[in-house]
Amino acid sequence: MAIAPEREAWITGIGLVSALGEGLDAHWDALNGDREAWLKLDSTTHAPYQVHPAVALDLAKQIPDRGDRRQMEGWQRLGTYAAGLALENAGVKGQDDLLKSMHMIVAAGGGERDYAVDGQILSGLEASNEPAKFLNERLMNDLRPTLFLAQLSNLLAGNISIVHGVVGSSRTFMGEEMAGVDAVRVALGRCHASQGDIFLVGGAYSAERPDTILHFELGHMNWTRPWVPVWERPKDGGGTILGSVGAFLVIEAREHAEKRGATPIAKLSKVSSDRARRRDGDAEHSMAVQWNEISPGLIPGATIVVSGATGVSEAVAIERDILDQRRVPTRATGSVIGHSVEATFPANVALAAMMVARGEAVPPIGGSKDEARMTRKVKQAVVTSVGHWRGEGMALVEAI
Amino acid sequence: MAHMKDKHGRPVVVVTGMGVVTSLGQGKDENWAKLTAGQSGIHTITRFPIEGLRTTIAGTVDFVPFDNAPDLTTKMAALAGAEAVGEAKIGAEGKFPGPLFLGMPPVELEWPQRQDLARASGKSADITYTDILKGAAAKDFSAMQTRFLFGSVGDALADRFGTKGAPISISTACATGATAIQLAVEAIRRGETEAALVIGADGSANQESLVRFSLLSALSTRNGDPTAAARPFSKDRDGFVMAEGAGALVLESFEHATARGASILGVVEGCGEMADSFHRTRSSPDGAPIIGCIRNALDDAGVTPADVQYVNAHGTSTPENDKMEYVGLAAVFGDHLPAIAVSSNKSMIGHTLSAAGAIEAVFTLMTIRSGIIPPTINHTEADPAIKMDLVPNVARKATVTRAISNSFGFGGQNVCLVLAAEPA
Repeated sequence: MAIAPEREAWITGIGLVSALGEGLDAHWDALNGDREAWLKLDSTTHAPYQVHPAVALDLAKQIPDRGDRRQMEGWQRLGTYAAGLALENAGVKGQDDLLKSMHMIVAAGGGERDYAVDGQILSGLEASNEPAKFLNERLMNDLRPTLFLAQLSNLLAGNISIVHGVVGSSRTFMGEEMAGVDAVRVALGRCHASQGDIFLVGGAYSAERPDTILHFELGHMNWTRPWVPVWERPKDGGGTILGSVGAFLVIEAREHAEKRGATPIAKLSKVSSDRARRRDGDAEHSMAVQWNEISPGLIPGATIVVSGATGVSEAVAIERDILDQRRVPTRATGSVIGHSVEATFPANVALAAMMVARGEAVPPIGGSKDEARMTRKVKQAVVTSVGHWRGEGMALVEAI
Repeated sequence: MAHMKDKHGRPVVVVTGMGVVTSLGQGKDENWAKLTAGQSGIHTITRFPIEGLRTTIAGTVDFVPFDNAPDLTTKMAALAGAEAVGEAKIGAEGKFPGPLFLGMPPVELEWPQRQDLARASGKSADITYTDILKGAAAKDFSAMQTRFLFGSVGDALADRFGTKGAPISISTACATGATAIQLAVEAIRRGETEAALVIGADGSANQESLVRFSLLSALSTRNGDPTAAARPFSKDRDGFVMAEGAGALVLESFEHATARGASILGVVEGCGEMADSFHRTRSSPDGAPIIGCIRNALDDAGVTPADVQYVNAHGTSTPENDKMEYVGLAAVFGDHLPAIAVSSNKSMIGHTLSAAGAIEAVFTLMTIRSGIIPPTINHTEADPAIKMDLVPNVARKATVTRAISNSFGFGGQNVCLVLAAEPA
């Protein structure tokens, strides 16, 4: 079958919000700063659990309508804000004609619960002689009708359409880390094949929620010991510290970007993904296959790996298998921005673009002794993703 | 000799296998017999007690035993998928030669799980999330962790069918099933794969989901006569009926299907989309995104309104949707609209939410193949503001070579598919 001629895809806009700040410059400064600059841990609010909370935002800057802000919960505000930053950065914010033909792919989980109501219902269920009837009555009376709209996975995309006017298309992918990888992969595939000229891709994750922490605690996957970089955690049982992140990318066909005079940040050359059962080394094999697809194009000594390592032992072991063999300097951003599940991969593509655009890597993250210094000029970055349970992915981001 | 490429020079995408599960039953034959007989699958809910609920009816699938919503979603998806793959006779057993595109509802812990966790904490009064977290830490809940990951449904299905690569799990609210088809069509058109398995499944009709829609006043409260509750486009429609089910389609490039001698069940000629930025749950009053979405689909297929004989409507039976869908169809089809048959499967199977787009695509293709248009039942009182041929109450024989299937959802999601009999 004939495959459509592949067009070059550029990253022309980035919106990134995390514990380290807002925008790439803030992230660059923090990652190059001292411990106080890069470790913004909240160890008290959800103790014994720790989170990397998002920096405080002036939400009105990207979500001017108060009604819109009120209709959203935290994860949606974070994502809608980051999406606005990306559009602004790409120079397309408010350009209705462009936004009408802009295609959106969002990687999302679900939204917040009403914690007080859940607690009251659980207490009542234990005391009730007719628990099912009690549940119906409480749900009918206590649920806020609009909370549903903050919980639906596709309503981050919906809010971005409403607030920013992105309406060319709107798809939401679910499935934890893998959803973030495939959102970027499918956007790139479509861009390469002329199934759209300009894309908005990303995700948002709020870690500052008991229910997200709970989900990882079901698998006893939270790191509750004193903070150390992700690579150091497996020897003590492993674990993740969740982080609130909003990360969006504007991915655009080169010719489209040039025509409108947009400045590229980096080139997005390749994204791959896979799902191994994680038996008998199949995930390690998949990562090796994906690496081998990228490696022929790598310039010796000019590559940095931007890793989405979670700190969860099994997943870290899969990733170390490939990294230890290739011996490329690695930066695991999750050590300081935390693990942001669906948003992890878009965020790391953003940070990879930052490094290749500057031609420089940030120092080992969180002072990690497992990450080699990188003094040579950085021209390429390989972004890796090994999901905490499933999903293996990779991207190649290159300097322009 | 039919063309392997469409009018835009892209690979023609055909359907070679289909499967379906709804409240009417399991499999295409049973569903089609009941659907064309105008039979409803809507009934009073028995899955959970209904005391205190405003809506007590649904189109739940009660013949598949299950533990929780992701489990039921997985099981119905597997049933529909197996029927589709079996019909397509594609690949080897457990080795499907392409990726999985799965439309499904969001996954979340349910009340039984929350109660297990609360009990594990040892507390029975004044329970907070701090206690629930203590409960989670106290015992091994790793199986629960995995089950309630969003990726777990696709993971189980990827294992079951041996699909290639990472399964894509999609949520675009009530347009989800159609979006899954659209993503697969795009992947085949760009040469990323020759075949794809598309499944839309939804088994999430539990208490809290029902209450959520109920609190938004979206559901019919015609509890006394369940089979008469879903009445799309009627003057006295009062909301949709929540339902469950699964639809599956094997999509292939025409070239791939022909080369292996597969029977062609139909063609996905075009997909159109346009998001709505007006409101989280309501359509733009001017209908522009719905109009744009349908026009995009016709353009993508390279056909005109005059080439369409049947519309498989989104037709939820809510006052708002049906009015806006009519506005959209009237604008796009204009003078042709009176000559076009429009019917809503939801009058019989209810609104199968994340599965609807896939199930209704299957039924649309069966309409084209059989020459029988399933009716819009419960049509007793016409809405004077809606002037369409709704195939009221009784199925009709008709030659349909091309149809569109609409799907619209919360969050401004609008998708339209153009489906046709055979490659041009």
